[in-house]
Amino acid sequence: MSRLVSDTLVLSERNLSRLRTAPDLLIAFTVQPVMFVLLFAFVFGGAIQTPGYDYIDFLIPGIIVQNIAFGGFVTALGLNEDVTKGLIDRFRTLPMARAAVLAGRTLADVVTNLLSLLILLATALIIGFSFDAGAGEIVAGIGLLMLFGYAFSWVFALLGLMVSSPESANSLGFLAVFPLTFISSAFVPVESMPGGLAWFAEINPFTIVVDAMRALWLDAPAGNAVWGAVVWSLVIMAIFAPLAVRRYRLAAAR
Amino acid sequence: MTTTLVPNDPQEAAVHDFTDAPTDEPAISVRGLVKSFGEVRALDGVDLEVPRGAVLALLGPNGAGKTTAVRVLTTLLEPDAGTARVVGLDVVRDARALRERIGLAGQYAAVDENLTGLGNLIMVGRLYGMRRAAARERGLELLADFELMDAAKRPAKTYSGGMRRRLDLAAALVARPPVLFLDEPTTGLDPRSRLALWETIETLKADGTTVLLTTQYLDEADRLADTIAVVDRGSVIARGTSDELKDRLGGERLEVRLADATAAPIAERALAPMSEEPPTTQDGTVSLTVRGRDGTIVEAVRRLDEAGVGVLDLGLRRPTLDDVFLSLTGHVAEAADDEEETA
Repeated sequence: MSRLVSDTLVLSERNLSRLRTAPDLLIAFTVQPVMFVLLFAFVFGGAIQTPGYDYIDFLIPGIIVQNIAFGGFVTALGLNEDVTKGLIDRFRTLPMARAAVLAGRTLADVVTNLLSLLILLATALIIGFSFDAGAGEIVAGIGLLMLFGYAFSWVFALLGLMVSSPESANSLGFLAVFPLTFISSAFVPVESMPGGLAWFAEINPFTIVVDAMRALWLDAPAGNAVWGAVVWSLVIMAIFAPLAVRRYRLAAAR
Repeated sequence: MTTTLVPNDPQEAAVHDFTDAPTDEPAISVRGLVKSFGEVRALDGVDLEVPRGAVLALLGPNGAGKTTAVRVLTTLLEPDAGTARVVGLDVVRDARALRERIGLAGQYAAVDENLTGLGNLIMVGRLYGMRRAAARERGLELLADFELMDAAKRPAKTYSGGMRRRLDLAAALVARPPVLFLDEPTTGLDPRSRLALWETIETLKADGTTVLLTTQYLDEADRLADTIAVVDRGSVIARGTSDELKDRLGGERLEVRLADATAAPIAERALAPMSEEPPTTQDGTVSLTVRGRDGTIVEAVRRLDEAGVGVLDLGLRRPTLDDVFLSLTGHVAEAADDEEETA
């Protein structure tokens, strides 16, 4: 067990050290989300009606959830490269804990997610976002974001192991996750959507997580959204983590 | 040589420590190995034995099953049938303990392109359970050995093909494994890098490392290997030293370079009585196998002269591994093969 922990840390460190040598990735984690916040806040902000809230307050929890969900794409890229470039073989001939390859990837995502979350929050506060919450709820919100992000790392892990190249991992990831985040309460009130879309948006886990974040950070009426968000995150993990592990075994045993 | 490898399980390591083992068990011992991928039988009952400190070359064309054999022996694949033991450890049952004692360098240099050369070796060392300082020390030692010191702090993606291979090989040697597996170590390398890698392998051998390498290059097998196992379609079809394999063909080859290539049919007819097999012609050179008899050259010259065939050059030579391979498999070893190495 201690071997699993130490090997996971070694591989997390390796995955994170990539940020130093690949500035494009660092930009993806820092500059890109900030750009999205600014564009949405100032380009769409004036046109979107969000009864009860300033658009910036409405937007920030939504855009942070979207950003965190995408955080796992580095896992998809990295795992795909490890498999296609044969590094998995190197790992598998070492006397290391097998699970550390996936654990190290997803753990590294937690660190990068936290990094971009802090940058986003700083940006949000600068452009006028204000919490309507106590310290406990703010921290609980960050915890929920990390949990949801970790769950999505497993979705991306599976994706990275299924596709043939890092490029297709990237584009498929966007194709799958982008519409999900937009057909939710992240950017516009669900009530403003046409019937079918509104129905989908209501049951979309993104809506549930975004509503939970608004409940925690803006004191919005939550219903069961906070528990629902935790349960959704756990369900996503319970489905995708075993699938990713199984796929990893198959990919490695070719 | 002060770096210590921290064994994963000291007790287990003590029991299995190959270097202290009193047995004279071979370094690698394989019996009836079978591995199929769907319909394809990549390994179809392979037997191999490599004494400690020896170099065995698995020689065969693409798709012959060489890589599959290496993957089974390095615990990457489980065989469908048969047994394989490396340093006395079963590749399936004792896989974990075995991984402490083997190194693998593949045809696709498995280095992390985003890490520096040193970073790669430190990572591998730490995954062997070494502490950071020890892993770093060992990494620097290997970089010096492999003439990569100048590039130690550069990301591996800036390395040339030859440098990558050297780094990959260095990574395989981090834990000083007694047995090293090299899967097509020089495929795709330029001649100079290839020669350098051969010299490295020879040094490792001189230090007592047992090496199993796969290759489709006959000169590589000829130069490096104590024993060659010729593999074709998942089976070992011949084995022996380079000389033994050449002797199997028996006799020598007489080669006649013609002044006029169009005279080849006349030359073949004139020389045919000298051999049990019909002569062949390629690029204006007629060749045939002759049983070592005195006066072969004189007889050949007389026959060609009588037939009125002009000769530029004429000589006897021992068979090459190429000839061996051709006669064993009916096809040329290095022939371009569209089929991917499937395993």
